[in-house]
Amino acid sequence: MTAHALIVAMILFVLGLAGLLARRNIVYMLLSIEIMLNAASLAFIAAGSRWAAPDGQVMFFFILAFAAAEASVALAILLQLSDRFRTVDADAVSEMRH
Amino acid sequence: MEFLFYIAAAVSVIATARVVTHLHAVHALLYLVVAMMALSLMFYLLGAPFAAVLEIIIYAGAIVVLFVFVVMLLNQGPLTVEQERRWLPRGAWLGPGLLALLLLGEVAFLIAFGSAVPSDVGSLAPKTVGLSLYGPYIIGVELASMLLLPGLIGAYHVGRRLARGDRQA
Repeated sequence: MTAHALIVAMILFVLGLAGLLARRNIVYMLLSIEIMLNAASLAFIAAGSRWAAPDGQVMFFFILAFAAAEASVALAILLQLSDRFRTVDADAVSEMRH
Repeated sequence: MEFLFYIAAAVSVIATARVVTHLHAVHALLYLVVAMMALSLMFYLLGAPFAAVLEIIIYAGAIVVLFVFVVMLLNQGPLTVEQERRWLPRGAWLGPGLLALLLLGEVAFLIAFGSAVPSDVGSLAPKTVGLSLYGPYIIGVELASMLLLPGLIGAYHVGRRLARGDRQA
């Protein structure tokens, strides 16, 4: 079961990565990042379950804290972008590189 | 309890695929909640009940609600009510509702027969995890708290509404 959990984690991660690369709407890109973080935590939990060690769940808590901090800051940036550029398209703000 | 795990895995993969391919942000968020509930069930079946609870409370409860708030904030205006009605037609509930119903059936089965079905993975008590968290990983916990505070301050600073004169365009 744990081996199959790793396969599921891989599928979820690839789905998130494909979404991140394919979509240009920043909301969906953030959702894809959350999906990838979820896949990573599933891999950690599966590994912790395989070795009956608590370390996997500890890593899950750290991922959780990271995801919360990342989501709040990223969504604040998203609000600011939509306020200034009137769009949530990632390509529209590519002029930021100047 | 193998088959429960595979059903939950199928639900999470289907829901995640719908999240990535959907065109409506609100519908995608509905599917994301279902995907996280399926993932939480998988955590439970893998012997991590505390992680499963936290996945529901923090991911599906806090982070997705944050996303819903922002999606709603992006579309302010007098037409919002009409727009929300258009976003959530009756058919929109069907897909996530059916998937969630499947998960609910699994939980009901677990409550009814959970102790009777043998499992090949042992469950890790929250106490073990807590002892590890506040033992060898104490520096990680401190660093996580130091990460969350700048997250809070940064979100407050970046997210504030600028006065009209401060805007560039």
